[in-house]
Amino acid sequence: MPLDRANVDTDYIIPKQFLKSIKRTGFGKNLFDEARYLDKGLPDQECTGRPLNPDFVSNQPRYQGASILLARENFGCGSSREHAPWALDDFGIRCVIAPSYADIFFNNCVKNGILLIVLDEKMVDQLFQETAATPGYTLNVDLAAQTIGKPDGSTIKFDVEASRKHILLNGLDDIGLTMQHADAIRAFEKSYKEKAPWLFA
Amino acid sequence: MSSMTLYDKLWNSHLVKELENGTALLYIDLHFLHEVTSPQAFEGLRLAGRRAWRASANMATPDHNVPTTTSERSRGVDGIVDPVSRIQVKFLDDNCKDFGIEEFAIDDPRHGIVHVIGPEQGRTQPGMTIVCGDSHTSTHGALGALAHGIGTSEVEHVLATQCLVQKKAKNMLVQVNGALKPGVTAKDVILAIIGKIGTAGGTGYTIEFGGEVIRSLSIEGRMTVCNMAIEAGARAGLVAVDEKTISYLQGRPYAPKGELWQQAVAVWRTLVSDKDAKFDAVVELEGDDIVPQVSWGTSPEMVAPVTGKVPDPALAANDSKKGNYQQALKYMGLTAGTPIQDIKLDRVFIGSCTNSRIEDLRAAAAVVKGRKVASNIREALVVPGSGLVKAQAEQEGLDLVFKAAGLQWREPGCSMCLAMNADQLEPGEHCASTSNRNFEGRQGFGGRTHLVSPAMAAAAAVFGHFVDIRDVPLL
Repeated sequence: MPLDRANVDTDYIIPKQFLKSIKRTGFGKNLFDEARYLDKGLPDQECTGRPLNPDFVSNQPRYQGASILLARENFGCGSSREHAPWALDDFGIRCVIAPSYADIFFNNCVKNGILLIVLDEKMVDQLFQETAATPGYTLNVDLAAQTIGKPDGSTIKFDVEASRKHILLNGLDDIGLTMQHADAIRAFEKSYKEKAPWLFA
Repeated sequence: MSSMTLYDKLWNSHLVKELENGTALLYIDLHFLHEVTSPQAFEGLRLAGRRAWRASANMATPDHNVPTTTSERSRGVDGIVDPVSRIQVKFLDDNCKDFGIEEFAIDDPRHGIVHVIGPEQGRTQPGMTIVCGDSHTSTHGALGALAHGIGTSEVEHVLATQCLVQKKAKNMLVQVNGALKPGVTAKDVILAIIGKIGTAGGTGYTIEFGGEVIRSLSIEGRMTVCNMAIEAGARAGLVAVDEKTISYLQGRPYAPKGELWQQAVAVWRTLVSDKDAKFDAVVELEGDDIVPQVSWGTSPEMVAPVTGKVPDPALAANDSKKGNYQQALKYMGLTAGTPIQDIKLDRVFIGSCTNSRIEDLRAAAAVVKGRKVASNIREALVVPGSGLVKAQAEQEGLDLVFKAAGLQWREPGCSMCLAMNADQLEPGEHCASTSNRNFEGRQGFGGRTHLVSPAMAAAAAVFGHFVDIRDVPLL
């Protein structure tokens, strides 16, 4: 699903009225709410039956069921709300391809098992063109092999940090991993307390 | 040892352990929590049977979602009319009790915007690592602390382990030389910086702000600058410690006392970048060149001097920018070439973690004093950053000045900066706002935000359109 817009901010991905929820799920129906619907969305509102913006990409029949989002530079800038990756995930987006991302959003996606792929601007531009020109255009992302398969059988290699890849492939619990270093944290605290006792007063 | 930047020093002093692939376990001294980005983190801890690693290193307050009218606020949490908001605020109260975390609840006189009350209470201290589930945590860098926003998974991670897995950022120095002209403020400085380097210019960096202009700013002014580092893409902004930092902290409720104060100050004085420290990028601006700024578009980089015009997309640097400009003009209902001072306004908002401190309110009050809100302004809100800021302003009579001029004097909270509560723009309305983001829909569905300094917002309220604050005599 191509979203041809630079500097997409997290307010655009999920507007603030939906941040009142104390749950992690159910944000998918409000993904890109202000662009996707023609009316103003309210929290806890049933969304079937709301007037759709026919020009918005997610409302076009050819992109139904998409799990890869194609985006432009600085995707996810602005607020640190993790509701943004929660909304993408709940909608069914498992992978985003863009030239660059905002830092906090990038981390938040890794925590939620969403793969963010960085490709150079020219390559992304080409994917936008090919997607637009070919209804039914499908990409196939293979994280283990670090490749994006195109309909013509060719592949694009992408980079991913080994640690992030490991976490994504194995669905690891970050806190559990850090807890393995609990002794190191305690040792650090002990010596730190001697250096900066006012922080522990 | 080779010379280090301030950021290098802060990083090194909190390094618990280097991990694989260039990441590291970093110790977190202070964690602020609020009602919007914490509920799912507490739920996660409960599900996994985990407790807070060090409850005393956390502090909470509800701010994003709280009403600002006195009628709703006078009844505490039960007075919140919106049932969804009330549940979220109550949930924070309950979670803090369960996990033993200190909270300034909605009816505490010290309640306020988390980034205002942290420094105000002296919780924020130089040399600390500080995080919060809010991107404007960069504010605290003004006191020489390494502070940045995190997501909810990381909120849970910090609660459980007092650490974060981090990758070290690169070092950027933004140096503002010379001196500011009268009427030009910290807000204009940071807007000019973002206008120059762009909204992604600082991505991957920690920005240290330096130079004579930054040194000349008050601590509150430095907070305004660091607050918006994230609007330039940098998660953290920093200002080196100097005598202003130390005198700001002295005597604050949570600042160290007695011998510990002496010990702390000795360490704090070392929190500056070494003379020959190397930065990966250096950006310089001349303070004398900066004029009061107004944002005209839907990204904080879309700013113009108040003396300027709405730019022509045809003159944009590249096609991508051109497209952004066209999109922004369409959303804002503006045409290229319109003088900034001709933009008609409907509302004014003075508040937010960027500009709701006492100096901001004094600057705004000085402009509206002896004047009246213009007839085309439907509503002008003044929302102090904390209960203590409000009390101080009232002691100085600023509330009376605002009310006499026809502005509304509200209870503290984030309010119309992100419009999660009832303080919102109507579709199509233009607002002169002292907040930090002019994204589409940020201040209300279809609302159009113009970012300005408190004095510029106040002048916009009484003249009904933007005016060059340098031409406005104080009455």
